[in-house]
Amino acid sequence: MSMKVSTRQVDGITILDLSGRITLGEGSVTIRDAVRDVLAKGSNKILLNLGDINYIDSSGIGELVSAFTTVKNSGGELKLLNLTKKVHDLLQITKLYTVFDVKDDEASAISSYTK
Amino acid sequence: MADSTTSRMTFTLDSSLDSVNKIEQTAEQYATRAGFDEDTIPHIAMAVREAAVNAVLHGNAYDPHKHITAAFETTSDTLVIRIADQGPGLDPDTLPDPLAPENILRGSGRGIFLIRAFMDEVHFRQLHPGTELTLIKHRTPAQSGT
Repeated sequence: MSMKVSTRQVDGITILDLSGRITLGEGSVTIRDAVRDVLAKGSNKILLNLGDINYIDSSGIGELVSAFTTVKNSGGELKLLNLTKKVHDLLQITKLYTVFDVKDDEASAISSYTK
Repeated sequence: MADSTTSRMTFTLDSSLDSVNKIEQTAEQYATRAGFDEDTIPHIAMAVREAAVNAVLHGNAYDPHKHITAAFETTSDTLVIRIADQGPGLDPDTLPDPLAPENILRGSGRGIFLIRAFMDEVHFRQLHPGTELTLIKHRTPAQSGT
């Protein structure tokens, strides 16, 4: 039921590979903490890989939005990678799909960040 | 094959995330038995989860002395779920529109919107104290087994 996150670096971009559920409680807090850790370490170019996220609720959507604004306010960029159909549809319904920079290929996502 | 038998179940739970998960799982089971398709079942479960989260978080504010009630009923043409809390009450007309430009980047406020998006009918009833949400999804004749 819980969410897992692992972190890796590619060409100066921090990629957070997320899996599981992003819901009120553990999943939302995990994302918040992970993004804060990345920013605290001086990196503000973050790619959230949601390819293994099989469920997200309104709290999880809110946490993605909060992460987006937090990173943007720090002068950085947060982008989304590999949305599942469920997450894609939810972002469409909530009109957030065009707010986020959504990518479906890691290499092109990496190259899209401001150098 | 959908089960056309009318069935209902009600249970009272404490104000916790475990209760939210149990209610969500029960909703998924009822939606499956009612014959909804694989795209609709998760939508129903999510709507019910959002209602349960609202009851636990915004209604009862995790108060251990307050409970939430969840009632599930399948009839020949509807699946009806009622979620009630013992909180201060909710006026749905005062909820900000999460799609409005000034709200689009808010970190919360999308729960009721998603409930309305995924269910056919959503009704609010003020209790004393608390709020009851009634979520209704209509079954097609094929789903009703008729």
